[in-house]
Amino acid sequence: MAEISQDSGSHKKGGKKRSKKATTRIDFTPMVDLGFLLITFFMLATSLIKQQTMEITMPSDKKVSEENQTVAKASQAVTLILAKNDRVFYYFGQPTEAGVTETDYSGSGLRKVLLEKNYEIAAQVEELKQEKAKTKMDDEAYRKKLSEIKSGKNAPVVRIMATNDASYKNLVDALDEMNISSISRYAIVDLDSLDSELIRGRVN
Amino acid sequence: MPKVKVARKSTWVDMTAMTDVAFLLLTFFMLTSNFVKKEPVLVYTPSSISEIKIPETNIMTVLLDKNGKIFFGIDGQTTRRDLITRMGEKFSVSFTEEEIRQFTLIDLAGNPMGAMKTYLGMGMEQRENPDNNLGVPADSTDNQLRAWVKTARELNKDARIAIKADEKTPYPTIKKVMKTLQQIDENRYNLITRLEGPSDEAPKK
Repeated sequence: MAEISQDSGSHKKGGKKRSKKATTRIDFTPMVDLGFLLITFFMLATSLIKQQTMEITMPSDKKVSEENQTVAKASQAVTLILAKNDRVFYYFGQPTEAGVTETDYSGSGLRKVLLEKNYEIAAQVEELKQEKAKTKMDDEAYRKKLSEIKSGKNAPVVRIMATNDASYKNLVDALDEMNISSISRYAIVDLDSLDSELIRGRVN
Repeated sequence: MPKVKVARKSTWVDMTAMTDVAFLLLTFFMLTSNFVKKEPVLVYTPSSISEIKIPETNIMTVLLDKNGKIFFGIDGQTTRRDLITRMGEKFSVSFTEEEIRQFTLIDLAGNPMGAMKTYLGMGMEQRENPDNNLGVPADSTDNQLRAWVKTARELNKDARIAIKADEKTPYPTIKKVMKTLQQIDENRYNLITRLEGPSDEAPKK
């Protein structure tokens, strides 16, 4: 296809011999084809978006000595029980006869409960965020302040218990709510018999 | 009346500019993207508000499908080579050079060590068959996942652990994996999630 057209004009008789003027025009069409073929290949075979991730730190398996163990005050404790069919139950403090309250994973459900419990800290975090936007605080200072606020004295401690019927989505949703309502002290714990007793009547 | 002569215009279009554009785009895609990891099962991760991005390299992935099958993979072909050799030694399975080479090409493998040899001997298409992916056992009696993670940790000290699981993965499987990681003192890891879209938050009242 490449046309390198040459001017094969007739030589004049007896005229001076002129060097042939060859046009340097090359047909680029195949090269464009090749270019787009490669683009298509790269578009299909690669991914542009990096995966999102949630960082999680689990407690160590090693036995913690008595004095190092942090005991949560009953008034700060919140327990979430993730049950079958996306149902979620919660109670504050010690498990009581009064039992558990049911809620859901929506913004007006679990989030509201947690935000009410964590009202002070959530307000402070919000303030800090606004301050950061205004003053262009550097990230490190921001993070330091954030963790300071989050580990405040009255910060609630959330225990997340999942029943065997819960799905991974439920767990991630619950962890997500922790991030949203700025709760830094939470743990995924096994469901004990006392708590499974509490929800027994509710789910079957 | 003289004939009206239609001027013959050449249909030649200069393609140089188009080539420039094509190659510019090509360069962009080559530099910004990375290859899709081939996953043996389709996994639909749950969404979260977290915006932390996962690094591309130095990562070991534990993939859990919705039936609770476990897959394990690590990046880097040399690491994979060492990994399968050491795992072979631990479980006294001897792999041929070809089988080891095959393993280095697999992103995520999920088979008990007993079935690994046959799995590596299969063709690409057979490997995709779910019946040929039995999952890594992680039960208390036969916890091969622990061996995988432990061996991978010996080979790559800086690698992060990422757990990628399907929305519908039952909690007991997750618990099993978390317990396994806890046993070998791997207490920090990442859960891979999808960015929360506006459609995900159904307004319920």
